[in-house]
Amino acid sequence: MQQAHSSYYIPQPSTWPIIGATALLFMGFGAALTMNDLGAGPWLLLVGFAILVYLLFGWFGQVARESEKGAYNTQVDLSFRWGMSWFIFSEVMFFAAFFGALFYMRILSVPDLGQGASGELLWPGFAPKWPVSGPGIEETFTPMGAWGIPAINTLILLTSGATVTWAHWGLIKNNRSQLIFGLILTIALGIVFLFLQGYEYYHAYHELNLTLTMGAYGATFFMLTGFHGFHVTMGTIMLIVILGRCMAGHFKPEHHFGFEGVSWYWHFVDVVWLLLFVLVYWL
Amino acid sequence: MASTTKNWVTAVAAATWAGNAAAGNLNLQEPTTTIAAQIYSLHTYIMVVCVVIFVLVFGAMFYSIFKHRKSVGHKAAHFHENTTVEIIWTVIPFLILLGMAAPATKTILAMKDTSNADITIKAVGYQWKWGYEYVRGEGDLAGVSDGIQFYSNLSTTKDQIYDKSVKKSENYLLEVDNPLVVPVGKKVRILTTANDVIHAFWVPSFGVKQDAIPGFIRDTWFTAEQTGEFRGQCAELCGKEHGFMPIVVKVVTVDEFKAWAAKQAKDTGAPAAETAAAPAAQAAPEKTAAAGGAADGKKTFEGACAACHMTGVAGAPKVGEKAAWAPRLAQGKDALYEHAIKGKGVMPPKGGNAALSDGEVKAAVDHMVSLSK
Amino acid sequence: MEAVHGHGHEHDHAHYPGGIMRWVTTTNHKDIGTLYLWFSFAMFITGGLLAMGIRLELLQPGMQYWRPEFFNQLTTMHGLIMVFGAIMPAFVGFANWQVPMMIGAPDMAFARMNNFSFWLLPPAALLLVVSFFVPGGATGAGWTLYAPLSVQQGMGMDMAIFAVHIMGASSIMGSINIITTILNMRAPGMTLMKMPLFVWTWLITAYLLIAVMPVLAGAVTMLLTDRHFDTHFFNAAGGGDPVLYQHVFWFFGHPEVYIMILPAFGIVSQVLPAFARKPLFGYSSMVYATASIAILSFIVWAHHMFTVGMPAAGQLFFMYATMLIAVPTGVKVFNWIATMWKGSMTFETPMLFSVGFLFVFTMGGFTGLILAITPVDIQLQDTYYVVAHFHYVLVAGSLFAIFSGIYFWLPKWTGHMYDETLGKIHFWLSIIFFNVTFFVMHFLGLAGMPRRIPDYAEQFADFNMIASIGAFGFGLSQLLFLYVVVKCIKGGEKAPAKPWEGADSLEWTLPSPAPYHSFETPPIVK
Ligand code: HEA
Ligand code: HEA
Ligand code: HEC
Ligand code: CUA
Ligand SMILES: [Cu+2]
Repeated sequence: MQQAHSSYYIPQPSTWPIIGATALLFMGFGAALTMNDLGAGPWLLLVGFAILVYLLFGWFGQVARESEKGAYNTQVDLSFRWGMSWFIFSEVMFFAAFFGALFYMRILSVPDLGQGASGELLWPGFAPKWPVSGPGIEETFTPMGAWGIPAINTLILLTSGATVTWAHWGLIKNNRSQLIFGLILTIALGIVFLFLQGYEYYHAYHELNLTLTMGAYGATFFMLTGFHGFHVTMGTIMLIVILGRCMAGHFKPEHHFGFEGVSWYWHFVDVVWLLLFVLVYWL
Repeated sequence: MASTTKNWVTAVAAATWAGNAAAGNLNLQEPTTTIAAQIYSLHTYIMVVCVVIFVLVFGAMFYSIFKHRKSVGHKAAHFHENTTVEIIWTVIPFLILLGMAAPATKTILAMKDTSNADITIKAVGYQWKWGYEYVRGEGDLAGVSDGIQFYSNLSTTKDQIYDKSVKKSENYLLEVDNPLVVPVGKKVRILTTANDVIHAFWVPSFGVKQDAIPGFIRDTWFTAEQTGEFRGQCAELCGKEHGFMPIVVKVVTVDEFKAWAAKQAKDTGAPAAETAAAPAAQAAPEKTAAAGGAADGKKTFEGACAACHMTGVAGAPKVGEKAAWAPRLAQGKDALYEHAIKGKGVMPPKGGNAALSDGEVKAAVDHMVSLSK
Repeated sequence: MEAVHGHGHEHDHAHYPGGIMRWVTTTNHKDIGTLYLWFSFAMFITGGLLAMGIRLELLQPGMQYWRPEFFNQLTTMHGLIMVFGAIMPAFVGFANWQVPMMIGAPDMAFARMNNFSFWLLPPAALLLVVSFFVPGGATGAGWTLYAPLSVQQGMGMDMAIFAVHIMGASSIMGSINIITTILNMRAPGMTLMKMPLFVWTWLITAYLLIAVMPVLAGAVTMLLTDRHFDTHFFNAAGGGDPVLYQHVFWFFGHPEVYIMILPAFGIVSQVLPAFARKPLFGYSSMVYATASIAILSFIVWAHHMFTVGMPAAGQLFFMYATMLIAVPTGVKVFNWIATMWKGSMTFETPMLFSVGFLFVFTMGGFTGLILAITPVDIQLQDTYYVVAHFHYVLVAGSLFAIFSGIYFWLPKWTGHMYDETLGKIHFWLSIIFFNVTFFVMHFLGLAGMPRRIPDYAEQFADFNMIASIGAFGFGLSQLLFLYVVVKCIKGGEKAPAKPWEGADSLEWTLPSPAPYHSFETPPIVK
């Protein structure tokens, strides 16, 4: 590892970062204006988003080209592994904040609102139970059951974890058709998952009166599953990109971090879902 | 400019320790309850320990700085480890900390014991005033003051604050129209809550500080040991006028307290009944709205909307400015309701008070419109 | 394959854009370090001017210059800009310059992403600064952005939220970069336990950053949805709780304060041995102490919330845990003094700032300990005592260490010696005015002056005037610093490769100024 030091790849100066910063500048201002119904907000947001998409494809495209050129030696490869691991750790902590909020409301604040002085003096008649919308919300809703779509979705994601591993084996054995077929299966499962979740949201809004504004349960339910869904979407897009690269003949049995990074990410998303299934839907 | 020199002189003079020590300005305020006294001595104890450690540690450092410098020809030694001293200076601080934790623990448990209060008072934080509600008395205070409610506003006048040439009153910024009145020698339990954002009920000389959190009741207690007026301030950033919502507690004898309470009850007829609904209602807004239909629009307006609509902050149409309202009124009441509830531009939904019911906001709009037609 | 690349053509300077584009597109850790440091200085001036606005209003009782809501905006933006714009980027700047040189790496692990981390900061700063000019003005909810006050604010609040998101992304990327560089790019023979302490403290800081920045992002995201999408995370009517925000915020916030001090510890641990001409005392216990501080920092957050009314058990737990941090911090203080002990000390500016740091930071540490004692904190929470505490650890702590590090490495960075006399004057002015400004705040806090108020009762007048005068003096003294730095960049006595007799880490083996590409062939560390 250390003898490879002298040729650690240092990229040439690049304009991608400033493009990315511009994208976020537009998006930041755009979003702030949009949320306050002011001026050209949505347009700024759109421009920012377009630049961001351009950036992502451009930058990662360049990385893919560099990788195929053989610019990345084993030490660079190891850097990618460290980098991806720490990135996933940061994602774990992001979800931890929302799981923490769920825990706090369910175990601490909701009971507190229904008992003792707070309950007696401010919210008489509020019975702390879970799921609940909160003492100040008169509307009622039906919580999402665990054993319908969510259970199916659990199966889907678990299966997709297996298929992506199977594809990985294909890559290692240099069995290209297994690789590509495995990836296609994984992507398909991801899309079905998203479709079902979309349907579930539709159902929640239209039949269960379960909305984002439904207090503690509504907020945690939609924020947690929503951010998860967003991650599945990103993961699926990443898988599609990887599929494209595989079909273009990228990656070697002994050198394919691009593929592995995406599969790590996919497994991470999988594990978050298991937690969601248990803590949000089931218990 | 002429006064600058004078200020300088004043500042320097004031900085003399003697002057300030005499004014009692260098330490915690004089404690007037047992808890405050415990806190006071706890602070003194810990500070002294810290100062001693500090002097020892930095005595060593300065000794070294003067003796072990190159300019006096000191040659560097080369040691860089010594397990024994490292263990010593890990263990000793730990033991010192234990010595601090013990008395602190005792005080914490005492502060938390709100049981067996003689009288219970609810303090409600509003932007920007306090509302007090005497919830219940026990023992010989049973029923004496129950149900009394009033607001307590800063009584320092605006011109004292904004106009340099006006002389400031003695208790500048620490005076209110209606102080909280409590009997001496009785255990007073304070329940805190808030109407809009977090405030904090703080009376330094009682050793009492408790955040007032909207939607929740938290409690604390004190037993005043001497009569007199004791002053504190809201101690949690609560917006624009956070610096202007003081707390004054007037401690009186039990007899005086009873007399005061009786007078309140007599005067109550109108004012107390009017204010009566307010603190409770606003802390639990959904309920009253549901029960009472159109809530008191004036109250809501003062509590939630006036901040902007009295001042014209950020382009909010000022109440009473007919020109500003005419085009808005032209949209029809329903549009106004809708915008007040859902927000519009910089106007936050429900004036930023998600806890308000739709009914209350509508009532507030009615109130505003009635003043601006 | 490795051998194919010779040096030279890969790094041909002809490839590099000149002028401004050099800075915009650079992938060089030194360029990026420079960018970070200048950005930080610009933000320091911005945040400092806001502080001057605060002190101006507080010079005398009565409202004189601002409206109360604008005063709150000054306080809030001062805190946010100093923390996220000045102190943190300064340390990242140091990491960029120093970490690769100190471990013998050619550059950062992800050189292009490194540039991205930096260039995210200006948009974030822009969002913060411009928010003063939007309807409703900047957010005035305090740098802690407590709900529900922050839910009430206008559009400036949203801009602050997005700024925090962007700065968070920048910090996370920057930290991933630093961690990966340290773990994967050390020169042969540079084992973890041989790394300079500055590198160690940054390794641990980067870990803290990756662990807590996403939590902050989560907190402000919930704020955003509470503001605009009617969720009820922080609203009791929906089963939420304003205090939940505080828990999430401080779970980030407390580690954050150590993020701002650990690299400072690292700098001081480089400087003291260099000027005592004696190796650092207790290297391994320094490493363990740093790690313990980091670990403990995750379980003390609620010491910022002793007055919210948590159960006694909670207060006790958080008090004990917080007090424990004094032990590893004490170990560090003692080790530093043992390093100086029987050395052969000289007192050039970096040393002065480090000794000043040690002296004054420890005072801040002790006031921290006093605040950790729950009953005492209940008196002092949200008073100027707290303001005094954290300026002792942040200004005399983090900022003085930054000054120390800048003077220490300026010769390596610029190739010139700075003006020693002016440097020393800068130190003495800073430390004197610093204490004039902030020492009296202890008295204000004890006597009962709340923080975040634009006007105060008359018994606080004298000390406030002293503090304000000190603050103006402190601010003006920093102009001298700017002058010294610019002068040093422009010219001055030629610096030798190793200007400090006792310095021993790898960067001093390079010529001054350090070449644009250092350690393309890794050095061998014995
Ligand atoms: C660099 C930043 C930094 C650092 C290092 C610290 C260090 C510490 N802080 Fe501080 N703190 C802040 C930044 C920092 N803090 C900020 C910004 C706030 C306010 C936030 C806001 O509300 O806006 C704050 C607020 C704050 C509070 C809340 C106050 C309140 O709002 O009510 C508390 C309470 O416990 C506290 C405690 C401590 C403690 C115990 C330490 C310890 O780490 C200190 C340890 C050091 C020593 C103790 C000295 C050296 C030790 C020895 C010489 C050994 C021997 C000593 C003994 C045996 C006693 N801090
Ligand atoms: C992180 C680091 C940091 C730093 C470096 C500082 C630096 C300073 N701070 Fe700090 N401060 C905070 C972090 C920091 N602060 C935080 C987190 C808060 C809490 C916010 C909140 O409550 O939400 C706070 C709050 C705070 C308050 C309390 C406000 C209130 O409660 O209402 C005050 C009051 O005096 C204050 C003063 C100062 C001063 C005078 C300086 C000085 O050291 C600044 C000196 C620097 C300059 C002046 C700029 C450079 C000089 C020039 C450009 C030359 C020109 C100068 C002149 C014309 C005079 N700060
Ligand atoms: C943060 C400041 C703020 C607060 C608090 C606030 N408003 Fe407003 N309000 C505004 C601003 C600014 C506008 C102008 C919005 C516009 O025209 O874009 C406005 C406009 C309005 C309008 C006119 C809407 C229209 O259609 O033209 C009504 C009605 C109104 N507010 C009612 C209220 C009520 C009721 C409350 C309290 C429950 C309240 N406001 C609290 C800032 C505020
Ligand atoms: Cu009410 Cu501050
Ligand atoms: Cu802390």
